[in-house]
Amino acid sequence: MNLLEIENLKVSYGGIQALKGISFTVAPGELVALIGSNGAGKTTTLKTLAGLLHPAAGKIHYNGISLHNIPAHQRVHNGLALVPEGRGIFARLTVAENLLMGAYTRNDATHIGADLDRMYALFPRLNERRTQLAGTLSGGEQQMVAMARALMCRPKLLMLDEPSMGLAPMMVAKIFETIRNISEQGVSILLVEQNAKLALEVAQRGYVLESGLVTLSNSAEDLLGSDEVRRAYLGA
Amino acid sequence: MDIFLQQILNGLVQGSVYALVALGYTMVYGILGLINFAHGEVVMVGAMVALTVSQLLLATGLPPLLVLLIALMVAAAACMVLGYGIERIAYRPLRNAPRLAPLITAIGVSIVLQNLAMIFWGREYHAFPQLLPNGLHTLGGAVINDVQLIIMLVALLMMTGLMLLVHRTRLGRAMRAVAENPSAAMLMGVDINRVISVTFMLGSALAAVAGIMVSANYGIVHYYMGSILGLKAFTAAVLGGIGNLRGAMLGGVLLGLIESLGAGYIGDLSGGFFGSNYQDVFAFFVLIAVLIFRPSGLLGERVAERA
Repeated sequence: MNLLEIENLKVSYGGIQALKGISFTVAPGELVALIGSNGAGKTTTLKTLAGLLHPAAGKIHYNGISLHNIPAHQRVHNGLALVPEGRGIFARLTVAENLLMGAYTRNDATHIGADLDRMYALFPRLNERRTQLAGTLSGGEQQMVAMARALMCRPKLLMLDEPSMGLAPMMVAKIFETIRNISEQGVSILLVEQNAKLALEVAQRGYVLESGLVTLSNSAEDLLGSDEVRRAYLGA
Repeated sequence: MDIFLQQILNGLVQGSVYALVALGYTMVYGILGLINFAHGEVVMVGAMVALTVSQLLLATGLPPLLVLLIALMVAAAACMVLGYGIERIAYRPLRNAPRLAPLITAIGVSIVLQNLAMIFWGREYHAFPQLLPNGLHTLGGAVINDVQLIIMLVALLMMTGLMLLVHRTRLGRAMRAVAENPSAAMLMGVDINRVISVTFMLGSALAAVAGIMVSANYGIVHYYMGSILGLKAFTAAVLGGIGNLRGAMLGGVLLGLIESLGAGYIGDLSGGFFGSNYQDVFAFFVLIAVLIFRPSGLLGERVAERA
């Protein structure tokens, strides 16, 4: 059974139909990439899944339940985590406080402590900066905070919106290495990226979004090799 | 008698009250960007409820200190319900409206509360019963009474408690997170509406305590008492940098001192032309000066909440 099943999802905002009926799935443990150009509806898809936007039509089934009418904050309790575009870190909270916010839905203090240690091991840079205000960190470090924070709720499905945005190439490589690492630990990931090549290199499957519709779907490998994708998104 | 020291003490007492009320303004502003002009009226309702409760209980012959404690708890509870209700009924439906709409609503709520209080408690001044011992102490040439000492002590306790809550607890962390980025807080699983309700309730409980302090200090309660006090506490919050908790406390104490020293010396400085009845003017001079010279306040937004 799939962890996430989306059927004919339609979302409008400001009178514009951003999603015109898309369907896709994510299986447990899978890393799925949503690629497409600016304005294709990728961020809208993730925001709708997280509950920040409300669909006009369509079905979202997650972990066997319908997410219809479940408010955003409740979805986190069900293990659905989003690292939003632009990261959404709490600049005036310390790094440690940001991570603790990620564990807001949990009240098992000892396990939270152990997970904090795991995050600091996964991102040694954050360990050095625990007590620093998150707003004083570099862009890449802030992306690490955002990812570590999302992992602190022990997500079943981690959704990442443009994790490479605005980062130096070395930092992008580091972030994607971490994404692969998280995926290998069994967390299902839905990855939205403009950098199609990077996304398809770590993903198992991919969907191409264009103007609110899924126009292609295949294994990541086949998408990387397809002429259409190469021409439109890989600049080759 | 040392007039300077005396004015400092008076200023600290008054400033403690301003600080508690200013915290309510600044907490709500920090989290919603809304100036809750009805907050002064919550102070008044706290005082009125405490008045009624203590009148009823004193008649039964309970010891005054116990009466005060019960009155305090009932008033705080009543104000928490009131604060919750104000947000739920008047502000929440306007959460996404243009900023002017909730501001006007706040003024409306304030008028409604004043009038309800007038209907319920009448237009006359009420004497607030003396529930605390009223011994006088001399301190280096100045005089301070027990009520004033207790006011400062309680204010200090409440403020310390609030700071610990905001900076050391899970709820406080959630409050700061919602204040900074509500949608990201939602993505962490925070129920924003709940946090906002709790914020209003906390601010209202502080307001109730402040209301009782003012009543106990002056011995008088009136349905209109929240209006000017609210405006001054708002001034204190702006002075410290609205949205900033430390700013509200600093602004409150500073405003109390400015008023008290101003009232104490204006007569001498103006050769007797102005008297201490001009005390209220100082707060609004401060407000105007801050808005002109330092609109972000002393601990303005940019350096807010540094740990």
